[in-house]
Amino acid sequence: MIWVDTLVQGILLGGLYALFAAGLSLVFGVMRLVNLAHGDLIVLAAFVILTIATTLGLHPFVAVFLAMPIMFAVGWGLQTYILNRVLGDDILPPLLVTFGLSVVIQNTLLETFSADSQKLTAGPIEAQSVALGPTTVGLTPLLTLASAILVIFALNQLFYRTKLGRAFRATSDDPVTVGLMVIRPNNVFAIATGIAMVVATIAALYLGVRANFDPTIGPARLLYAFQAVIIGGLGSLWGTLAGGIIIGVAQALGAAVNPEWQLLSGHVAFVLVLLFRPRGLFPRAND
Amino acid sequence: MSILTLKSLSKSFGALTVTDDVSLDVMAGEALGIIGPNGAGKSTLFNLIAGNIKPDSGHVLLDGVDVTRASPMERVHAGVGRSFQIPQPFSHLSVFENLMVAAQFGGGHRGAEAECSCMSIIEQTGLGPVANDLSGGLSLLQRKRLELARAMSTSPKLILLDEIAGGLTDGECVALIKTIKSIHAQGTTIIWIEHVLHALNSVVERLMVLNFGKMLMVGDVDEVMNAPAVKEIYLGIEI
Repeated sequence: MIWVDTLVQGILLGGLYALFAAGLSLVFGVMRLVNLAHGDLIVLAAFVILTIATTLGLHPFVAVFLAMPIMFAVGWGLQTYILNRVLGDDILPPLLVTFGLSVVIQNTLLETFSADSQKLTAGPIEAQSVALGPTTVGLTPLLTLASAILVIFALNQLFYRTKLGRAFRATSDDPVTVGLMVIRPNNVFAIATGIAMVVATIAALYLGVRANFDPTIGPARLLYAFQAVIIGGLGSLWGTLAGGIIIGVAQALGAAVNPEWQLLSGHVAFVLVLLFRPRGLFPRAND
Repeated sequence: MSILTLKSLSKSFGALTVTDDVSLDVMAGEALGIIGPNGAGKSTLFNLIAGNIKPDSGHVLLDGVDVTRASPMERVHAGVGRSFQIPQPFSHLSVFENLMVAAQFGGGHRGAEAECSCMSIIEQTGLGPVANDLSGGLSLLQRKRLELARAMSTSPKLILLDEIAGGLTDGECVALIKTIKSIHAQGTTIIWIEHVLHALNSVVERLMVLNFGKMLMVGDVDEVMNAPAVKEIYLGIEI
């Protein structure tokens, strides 16, 4: 019975990792950009939610809706004024710039909010639980997974059912030829990063409600996000969800055996997938 | 009424003059072929018309409006469609989606209207059976058709075809010519660069000959094909 419970908790934790990873996957899928500051941007979003919630006295689940447009603007500006300038045939400049950005964001947050641990206080919802078959699960983890599924479903609809989504995919295929269709790749990239930051804000909500956060935890979130994206197969959104869940389950199983093994077993699962499926579980057909 | 006017257009890359004082009038609804040896400046001329490069001197007029300084995107909106020598489909998009991108962004059509126009272009260009296939897996003829169909989807008044018949078998060529003829019959103006002369001459009414960036002559197909200068320079026949 404890193993069923562990498995369920792992799947729910995977929802959080999938949320971390969805934005990363989106940006990589559209512009082949690996954003090393993604984890720090999630932490930044958590501080934005915290500031809105405390200043206006709002519940975090309400404050997140105000934080979304702010983070969209942050993503749009970041892409337009910084990242678009370094995108090109060489993959090194964007890596260096986003690495630098990661350092800048961490230190700015440290300067502004101090190194103290913070938490988004969601009230009674944090302690509520629901019976799910043989196990009982927390309401917040359940909401996290539901949000992850919803976010990935919505992103898939956006990608494959809308005009904007076709522009995303066409630009990803050939940023030069789209010019003939009167699509400006830089605008498309800016919107994509904006949307990725909206997803990061949703991830930040659950990050902050689930546990404490401080300005330095971004890089570790980036690592989980990376692993989820790579396990799932680059550019596949549902793969990213599967990747997140695999990391989550591996960590939960590891922790059940020995609490010290939680992080280690997540990484081991990642290495094992890479060993047997080097291109991830659901790679795109012709990359 | 001329849809495209080139007024003493010149362009040099360093010491090399690739377009040398070219003047031309293309009438609305006309089909014009451009021939000339490799390196004669045919593709450069297309780049000048489409706005991908700016001339050193001279003017480009579309529908009587001077667009010499207009960007390629503005010219798409002004009605210039283009297909490339090497097909460049969006390979992760289906054939239909390729056209939708062109129709919605390039042609400025809205949802249902764009779908309608794309469907009729798919029918016209014979892409019906592969409409929902990813374009990355198409055969050469299908990719050439897609290149043509995508250029059509931006609702152009003038369409530039760059060696679209190159590399096709005779049978494929005949099929493609039929499609191009039907596009021409609708009233779309065509300017076509081609080395496959029998394909070109079965569609166009006038031929223009370029050599070393200069316009050697322009006139009826028969007149141009029989001109001694053309035979000598282009067809390599000693007179």
